[in-house]
Amino acid sequence: MRVWYFSEMAYHPAWEEGLKRGSLRVVLPNANYDPEIGHRLLNRYLDEFRLCDEVGLDIMVNEHHSTSTCLTISVPMALAVIARETKRARLLSLGNPIANRPDPVRVAEEMAWLDVLSGGRLEMGLVKGAPYEIAPANSNPANLMRRYWEAHDLILKAMSTTDGPFSWEGEFFHYRNVNIWPRPYQQPTPPVWMTGLSPETGRMAAERGHVVGTLLSLSAAGPMFDAYRKRAQELGWTAGPDRFAYAAVVGVGTTREEGLRRANLAADYVRTSVVVAEAFTNPPGYNSLAANIAMLKSGGKRGGFVRDRHGNPVDQRTATIEQLLESGTCFAGTPDDVYNQIKALSDSVGGFGNLLMFGQGGFLDHADTVANITLFAKEVLPRLRELSPESKKTAAVAAQ
Amino acid sequence: MTRTIALAGTPLELVERGQGRPLLFLHAGEGLAPERPWLDLLSRRYRVIAPCHPGYGNSPLIDGGGSVDDLAYLYLDLAAELGLDGAVLVGADLGGWIAAEMMVRSSARFSRLVLTAPLGIKLRGRDERDIADIHAMTPAEYLRLAWADARNGDVDYTALPDSELAAIVRGREAFALYGWKPYMHNPRLKRWLHRIDRPTLLLWGAADGIVTPFYGEGWRQEIAGARIDVIPDAGHFPHWEQPEEFVQRLSAFVDGRND
Repeated sequence: MRVWYFSEMAYHPAWEEGLKRGSLRVVLPNANYDPEIGHRLLNRYLDEFRLCDEVGLDIMVNEHHSTSTCLTISVPMALAVIARETKRARLLSLGNPIANRPDPVRVAEEMAWLDVLSGGRLEMGLVKGAPYEIAPANSNPANLMRRYWEAHDLILKAMSTTDGPFSWEGEFFHYRNVNIWPRPYQQPTPPVWMTGLSPETGRMAAERGHVVGTLLSLSAAGPMFDAYRKRAQELGWTAGPDRFAYAAVVGVGTTREEGLRRANLAADYVRTSVVVAEAFTNPPGYNSLAANIAMLKSGGKRGGFVRDRHGNPVDQRTATIEQLLESGTCFAGTPDDVYNQIKALSDSVGGFGNLLMFGQGGFLDHADTVANITLFAKEVLPRLRELSPESKKTAAVAAQ
Repeated sequence: MTRTIALAGTPLELVERGQGRPLLFLHAGEGLAPERPWLDLLSRRYRVIAPCHPGYGNSPLIDGGGSVDDLAYLYLDLAAELGLDGAVLVGADLGGWIAAEMMVRSSARFSRLVLTAPLGIKLRGRDERDIADIHAMTPAEYLRLAWADARNGDVDYTALPDSELAAIVRGREAFALYGWKPYMHNPRLKRWLHRIDRPTLLLWGAADGIVTPFYGEGWRQEIAGARIDVIPDAGHFPHWEQPEEFVQRLSAFVDGRND
């Protein structure tokens, strides 16, 4: 198993005010952000990413916009810094919200450049993005996935074409001369990742051989991974654990109490991420027809992505660490505890080869974060590597 | 009667009621709501033809997507297909925007234009909002801005069958498709409103908080001879909130002059 350390690089000093106003995103004015504190936090978070490289973890970065939950507004910018500060770690962009990007060729250029800079260490996530990202980007939610797939196809063609220029006249994007320099270090493209919560996403990813990741939700992971494996089988190949990724908050300590304390602090990410002004939570067209009908029938109640083992929604804002352990949202305790929890969850969904480790969140401070990273890398990571040895690229056949 | 016809290679659901002078009614972003009184009231005087815009009701989106331009051409095709002559064109909200897009292209089949709180044009500066951002407010805020009496617009969704909920959800999606960016308007439309060469009435609710009567005044100035009539105790949907008053003012305008 590979483990990808991840922090949203939160601006938690504004959370109290955001909670009071009912939104940490979109409508919380940036007067609540102090540039000096932000400067220190950003640099601290980048130091923590560098530490991961030293102790053997891989690295993941994401981006959000107009929010106190995440200071990273550009994956390529953050990874450009991290690429220069690291030597060994693979670098996962998870990712570019490509349906919200006006210029997919620019995305292809940036990703190729990062791949060149890092000597082929880039893994490239092309993601749909969260519903509350629609407003900051002002992208049309009603045709989001049509735009997603057109951007996806164009980015991969731009990265893998060596005899350009080629032209592109699609529904959304228009170019007459696509011919990116530099082209990527890895041929024909860096590995591609998607994220999702539905079996449909699993099938779509399987058809392209992409890695598929899911967020903090055991109840979504199983059906999505199953759908992927089934579709791959139909297409004549067998999807191994390397095609699957699972994201969870991880807190490890020398004692169970210390691990739980760290996870509980980092889990404020989960508790705060859903605190968004209602208008921005469900833009028309973002969620499926069935999900919208269910919401209207229930009088407008929304479920978060965290569900218990029976599939019932857990109120993320007030979820206890026990509930988050039960729902597969957190792994926490001693190194033995954490290893056993990860193994059990992986076994229950047919095996995943990538753990996306929320190793820092919210008020988990630098000293605790360093300890969390270091202890995990020393005591848990080697056992996870043995659990599923260096993954073969099982999708090589599919990708051809 | 409701039927679905094939037009320009796409199915289109139509409600048709009444006899007399043809009146093509283009519904608001909220949907057609044919069970509400205004179509019946109109059909006592006119032959009412009311399509469900693509994406609403049982009309699928055109080619899975489409724009207000497509709707304008579709309804010009509809007017030709039905052989309309001297028809009254009525559009509310989104429907008003579509009607204006039709009329700047061709007014040949129409004798009168009635625009009820139309969306579709940009009046003021780039950092001034002409049209309230309905996607940035809570349902309660929306009701307060869009209705003179918020209770008139409040729907108990939990009491509706799945089929109606599905139509509502698809309609919201279509409305977003047509008007997300630029927000509910065509930056080039105002430039061509002078091409509307038929008598035009602008009907406005006095309590409209989505597009205020000020916005209506902007429309009036761009269309030669247009007049604006403000209906009291009505918000953004005067045909919905004050249906009798709406029909009375419309018919006074339509029937009060010679063609």
